[in-house]
Amino acid sequence: MSLLEIENVSVFYEDFQALYDLNIKIEEGEIFACIGANGAGKSTMLRTVAGVLFPRQGHILFDGTPIDNMPPHKRVELGISSVPEGRRVFPSLSVHENLLIGGYRNRKGPWTTDAVYELFPLLQPLKKRQASGLSGGEQQALAIGRALMANPRLILMDEVSLGLAPVVIKRIYEAFPILLQNGCTILVVEQDVQHVLTVATHVACFLEGRIALQGVPSDLTTEQITAAYFGV
Amino acid sequence: MDWLNAAVQGILLGGLYALFAVGLSLVFGTMRLVNLAHGDLTIIPAYVALVIVGVAKFNAFYSIPIVMVIMFIVGYLLQRGVLNFVVVRGDIAGVIVTFGLSIVIANALQEGFTANSQGLDAGKIENLSITINERLAIGWLPLLIFVMALVVITLLQLFMNRTKMGRAFRAVSDDQEAARLMGINTRHIWAVAMGVALLIVSIGGVMMGIRTTFHPLLGADRLIFAFEAVIIGGMGSSWGTLLGGVILGMAQTLGARAFGSAWQILVGHVVFIIILALRPQGFLAKTVTA
Repeated sequence: MSLLEIENVSVFYEDFQALYDLNIKIEEGEIFACIGANGAGKSTMLRTVAGVLFPRQGHILFDGTPIDNMPPHKRVELGISSVPEGRRVFPSLSVHENLLIGGYRNRKGPWTTDAVYELFPLLQPLKKRQASGLSGGEQQALAIGRALMANPRLILMDEVSLGLAPVVIKRIYEAFPILLQNGCTILVVEQDVQHVLTVATHVACFLEGRIALQGVPSDLTTEQITAAYFGV
Repeated sequence: MDWLNAAVQGILLGGLYALFAVGLSLVFGTMRLVNLAHGDLTIIPAYVALVIVGVAKFNAFYSIPIVMVIMFIVGYLLQRGVLNFVVVRGDIAGVIVTFGLSIVIANALQEGFTANSQGLDAGKIENLSITINERLAIGWLPLLIFVMALVVITLLQLFMNRTKMGRAFRAVSDDQEAARLMGINTRHIWAVAMGVALLIVSIGGVMMGIRTTFHPLLGADRLIFAFEAVIIGGMGSSWGTLLGGVILGMAQTLGARAFGSAWQILVGHVVFIIILALRPQGFLAKTVTA
């Protein structure tokens, strides 16, 4: 059984259809990358899995259980946690409090505040600082740490590299194998193809609400990916 | 009334306004709901106490904890049953629905209890006071109300800063969608916030019922005083709300001392408008953006 199955899912914003009959299967232990241009439907898919949007048609199964109509907080309880687009750390809360909110559902697992500080040592000295005062890279590390605090089986990452310096992006992607070792499958959405393809075990290229191309990154040529990305 | 006496009475009156205002501020902070029914919701506790005292025949003070529990439940159910559906539809929906709710409450109270003024009996304390000198006397009841405001705000701050649920309140206030993605059930948090708001309002509502009389149409005044206290003090700060209440209370009593008692309310509003013009963010605003 796959960890996450998206079956024939269509999602709408009012009358606008953002996803067409989407099918995705994600196995435990994968780093599943969704790439594509702005507006291709990647984030819509991620938000549908997180439970902020609901499919008009189709089903989403998590570890075999249908979660189509489940509110987000129940999905967190099952082990789906999010690193939202734009980081969305809680600005008035301290770094430490942000992490504690990540652990709100008390799911058991390897991730504690200490483990997060070990993964991202840059957060340790900022513990008591208000999250609003952090740099973009620090906020991104915090957002990932906060999502890990839920001890997820599946972590959803939306545009984690957006607006960050290459050195910071590199450090964030270096953390991915550690997440996998701790039993966390990763579903990552990126516009920036370059970095994500170095770590991904599976890639799906979105184009206008459909998947134009998917497979193991090493099997795909740059030309194929470029063609699918731009739809040429 | 002496100036000093007027100032002291104004400070004590400010404690009462703060007791009404912190609930309004809490609700706005956690769910961005401008609750126009808040004033009317401060009247309900006095009527609940009236019913309890009528049945149990004891001192009205003893009814306060019971009223608090009842009002918490009322607030929780009101939020889960009605207002949760309104909050997610934006500011205007909230204003319209709570305005309607305000009218419904006032009319329902008139229907059930008539429009006559009523009072709650708490025995001798209603008239006891501490005489400092011949010009200054502090009533026990206003003093007790002020102390309750201090206690309530201290406890609320401890709740917000030290407890897991308080932390969730602040997270929801910062970013409700991100809070949901972190596993927080915002519908439950909002309902608890409304419950806590009405629980706090019960203290002021019943004590005010003991101190003076009350009738079903007092809500509008209370709502305005609460708004003014919150805005003078600055959004998101409970101590600011107390400060705002005190400034408003003193403006009213000193205004009455200066121009005669007919001017009391108007002077309060004028001072509020001046502060709003000069310092629209309030005195102790705590607003943080990403």
